[in-house]
Amino acid sequence: MSNPKIKRTNVLEIKFVADEDVLKHISEDAGLKVRKLNTPHTLDIKKWMKNPENSSDDEAQEIFKEQDYVTALDIQESMRNGSSASGGDVFPFQTPKRSSRMAEKVSELIHNSGKNAEHDSLKKLEEKTNTPKISKKYSSSKDQEETKRNDFLSKLSYRTRKRMTALNMCSDSESDYSASYSEEEGDDACTVSVDEAVLSEMPVRSQTPSFPPKKETPAKKLKRGISSNLVEEYFEAHSSSKVLTSDRTLQKLEKKKLDQESLQNLLSNVPVAFAAEHEKLIKQHESLFYKWMLQLHLGFNIVLYGLGSKKDLLENFRISLLQDSVHLVVNGFFPNITLKSILNSVTEEVLNHLGTFRSPQDQVDFILKRFKEDASLELYLLIHNLDSQMLRGDKNQQILGQLSSLSNVYLIASIDHINAPLMWDQAKQSMYNWLWYETTTFSPYVEETSYENSLLVQHSGSLALSSLTHVLCSLTSNARGIFRLLVEYQLENKDNPSYLGLSFQDLYQRCREAFLVNSDLTLRAQLTEFRDHKLIRTKRGVDGVEYLLIPVDAGTLADFLQKDNDV
Amino acid sequence: MSTCSVSKGCFVFKPNSNKRKRSSAADYFSKGNDDLDNSELRLDTCLLLWKQIKYETEQLQEDLNKNLFDNLIRFLRQSHLNFKEKKTEWACRMKSSEIPTAAVVLGVNVTDHELTIKSLSGVLQDDVTPFVVSLKSKECPGIKQLLQKVMIQLMGCDVDVDSSDEEEYPKTSPRRVCCSVASLTNWYRNVTKYDLQKTDTESPCKKRTFSSRHWETPPVIIIFKDMESFTTKVLQDFIIMSSHCIREFPLVLIFGIATSPMVIHKLLPHSVSSSLCIELFQCHSSKEHLTKVIDKLLLTSQFPFKISEKVLQVLINIFLYHDFSVHNFVKGFQLSLLEHFYSHPLSVLCCELQESEKRVKLLSHSQFENIRRLPSFRRFVESQVAEKQAALLTDDECLKETTQTLLKDLCSYHENYFPILRCLHAFTSSLPKYPLGKQIRELYCACLEKRVWERDEYESAIQLVRMLAKDELVAILEKCVEILISSSAKCLRKPLEKLEEYVDLLRNLEEASDDQKKSISSLEELQKKTDLYHLQKTLLEMKESRRTKKLTKFEMLRFEIVEFIDGLVRNYLAPAEMQTLHEVMYFSAANTLREHLNATPRAALHTALNNPYFYLKVGNKSETIGLWPHL
Repeated sequence: MSNPKIKRTNVLEIKFVADEDVLKHISEDAGLKVRKLNTPHTLDIKKWMKNPENSSDDEAQEIFKEQDYVTALDIQESMRNGSSASGGDVFPFQTPKRSSRMAEKVSELIHNSGKNAEHDSLKKLEEKTNTPKISKKYSSSKDQEETKRNDFLSKLSYRTRKRMTALNMCSDSESDYSASYSEEEGDDACTVSVDEAVLSEMPVRSQTPSFPPKKETPAKKLKRGISSNLVEEYFEAHSSSKVLTSDRTLQKLEKKKLDQESLQNLLSNVPVAFAAEHEKLIKQHESLFYKWMLQLHLGFNIVLYGLGSKKDLLENFRISLLQDSVHLVVNGFFPNITLKSILNSVTEEVLNHLGTFRSPQDQVDFILKRFKEDASLELYLLIHNLDSQMLRGDKNQQILGQLSSLSNVYLIASIDHINAPLMWDQAKQSMYNWLWYETTTFSPYVEETSYENSLLVQHSGSLALSSLTHVLCSLTSNARGIFRLLVEYQLENKDNPSYLGLSFQDLYQRCREAFLVNSDLTLRAQLTEFRDHKLIRTKRGVDGVEYLLIPVDAGTLADFLQKDNDV
Repeated sequence: MSTCSVSKGCFVFKPNSNKRKRSSAADYFSKGNDDLDNSELRLDTCLLLWKQIKYETEQLQEDLNKNLFDNLIRFLRQSHLNFKEKKTEWACRMKSSEIPTAAVVLGVNVTDHELTIKSLSGVLQDDVTPFVVSLKSKECPGIKQLLQKVMIQLMGCDVDVDSSDEEEYPKTSPRRVCCSVASLTNWYRNVTKYDLQKTDTESPCKKRTFSSRHWETPPVIIIFKDMESFTTKVLQDFIIMSSHCIREFPLVLIFGIATSPMVIHKLLPHSVSSSLCIELFQCHSSKEHLTKVIDKLLLTSQFPFKISEKVLQVLINIFLYHDFSVHNFVKGFQLSLLEHFYSHPLSVLCCELQESEKRVKLLSHSQFENIRRLPSFRRFVESQVAEKQAALLTDDECLKETTQTLLKDLCSYHENYFPILRCLHAFTSSLPKYPLGKQIRELYCACLEKRVWERDEYESAIQLVRMLAKDELVAILEKCVEILISSSAKCLRKPLEKLEEYVDLLRNLEEASDDQKKSISSLEELQKKTDLYHLQKTLLEMKESRRTKKLTKFEMLRFEIVEFIDGLVRNYLAPAEMQTLHEVMYFSAANTLREHLNATPRAALHTALNNPYFYLKVGNKSETIGLWPHL
């Protein structure tokens, strides 16, 4: 958990720093003479690696250099996070950290909420997130002893790592780290080439010494002088820093997925920070309502920007001032919103026109005509998230701009995307005739994001899993076997990006070897059944061979396989 | 009714028809304000002023466009005559495949084009022909859509011209499917024939025929609004196709060009552009337009509402660095007008002098308190004697009178200010390197900001004026005289007379200088002695005299004039912030204006994420260091 710990000092959105945790962390590390908060682990690794270095040969030195490199990486990492002042750090969203951070948050939430009975598994998670530090320290000290005991140990960092994981395994808590490591090891065993992502992730995690990225090349390089080494380090650090994607996805945290409701329950128990100030901020914005109305009436349109959900604000505006007039609310964040539906609701419900139009342009022309003819018509148009996926297209904006340029259509909209103003060129801006209002509310985007999947919530994957198991339950054991073959093959190839699927011939061969089918026809019949249940997809390759693919992600498949094994 | 749904994104709300009431802007204006005293009056003045301003700017626009449009129409008429002649003369048929084309260079202020083009097509429709089509590049990605657009617009006006019967619609709509230039020509032939017959038989019952206003066999005018963004292929195809049938189909193209006329040749290969007969028209540049607008709106005492230096600077910056759009400039001006009247309770006095004197009489006690709170008024009070001070601060009646006189002062200040400003501009605009700016708006900004005579630039400008040649000086002075004559201010009579006197003096200087020459020559005659000692002596004397007698009569006069101008500037060009009660008329909240017109959403997000305390206004930062608001 060192990774999120480092981030925690810098990353902006984390709120629930359990202060005790930080304290604990510091006090524990104090014994190890931590100089910097950011690089405690690498430093102590360096220290304990120094010992063997004294006595050992070239290879040991290599490893030390490796540590140097690790430190460099880590420092670089901390620099990247440390300077929060520069805008560049704010704008790119650093997704890799998110998953672990979120996981941590959940654990903390549970910690806070203190629910015990039903969330047994969740508690386990909490334990796990807290234990690694202890276990790590424990293991590293143990390692140190072992290092002394064994002269020849530091042959390869790879080996130490292996041993460490073994240690972790035998340590009391079955930390998820050990699990993930073992997995990685499995990967390494079969594929010698080391994943860049894993590499760059390791130093950040810095639980164990990382292994050389390309086995031979760094070894050669590191034998050179230190000065040249620095240069190499620099470049390597920079080359790897941009691929900081972690493979530690949420899927690795087994059984931690909550359903939507329990997550919401947990979140609702969290006390709101700055409630009073927040209230004041909203009040301040609300005092502008009359001004908005005035400006709308004088031919301007209003756009709201700033951090936080502006839906409630607009809703308040609607309720307090628009009750007596015709108005149209558009939820831009709604995933199926189309321009047509907006225009239709204007023509059908506001103008009471029954009829269809050939194109949106026709429809807009009609609306423009009607509104120009009848000056008594008035329409307030409230658009939440004018910059949403569905509405941000050039044509849509053009047409909405035309609507808003009418003197008796009053548009008030909100934008959230950081680059939203780029939607409008000069011509559109003059059509919209915007007045900008900054309304930073800090309100949560509850409704706006409700259509999207949270990382913590079980979503389609679980559905797919349950449907898989259900369908397979009703099949014969042979059919299940065939499916299993497919799953296993797909899992083996999960890291192969150009994996097309298992060709029919191969599958047939395998099935025959496993005595699952006796003829081509029976297999085909079986596959048709799978296809009918949408369990598999067939694709024809370039050579005309049929390839079979299960359209489910690898994590779910692994889950499925495990479950199947349990049964 | 809630607006959350998983199946719908649009929600229409209609109030009960009996409950529906129309609330006007006035309601919101007064409700948004705490004091209900004069809010209605304020809004009325605001709207009235805006109406005037809008009228002025539109008038200006029209005047500016008039010249261009006249030229265009003349061109059209010419080409049309050619067309008619070509029909008869066989010799001309050789050249007849050329399409007359007008290239109008509009400049880069894209937003204002719309208005220009709209009024242009309006003018053409009124005076020349009913067949005007304007095309935007976005509407026609291919030749097919382009022709379709042309057909629709032409057929549409066809229907409008003949009759507005609904029956015509189904007839025209299927024809849209097959769009070709051939069908266009057919249509044109039909229309004109049909029309000629009709005018013979039943001309009175026609609504809008090709009457006296329209020419017979009206040309079809196609306007390409943004020529640069059309795909070359579309343009080429269209031009080639239509050039083949130009004899039956009198087509005239108008290109709207933003950059330079060279772009036509860049876009179109020679084979295509050779079938065009292009004539170039230059639209007025937006910078000139802005200067005129500022001239009309700001540099006049006609409108009581004024904006301060910073606001003007913001507006000009937006204009120069963002869009070159006069339209947006006027919009910004409108917003500042609105802001001023909305936020400032004393803006009720921001109107014509007589009206404001009347309004002063009706002011309430709280309004007088407001006046007393004005910083400029406080300064004024402090400069008064003790008894007067007490009276001003306690007695409303006394305050009323002083306010009236102060407003009068302010008014006359403005009356004097602008002519003198223009005079100064006449001097400075011709100086090398333009120390005080080339445009009058720069000079105006400089004068608004602080005492202009304290600026270094002013010093250097005056230095340069002292070195002007005589004829330049005369020209400038004459200009100044004109400016002063045209202004109505009474206080400026005296300076005017003085200036006229100077002009006369300068003119009469010729003879005086002749006299001088004579004296010099007599001096030379005296020095005929060729004694070394004497020669040295005379040379020394001459040197001496050159130093002291440097100032000829002209130079003396020039010096005097400069002094006089300097005095005028010091007298009348005091910055507005020094004036008592300037807050009534000057809008100075440049920040709000910038926020609303030139917003920075990125920066807002950045600050909100980095430093939420900025928004939450949490006092003690150290306490909350680990806490972040939820999202």
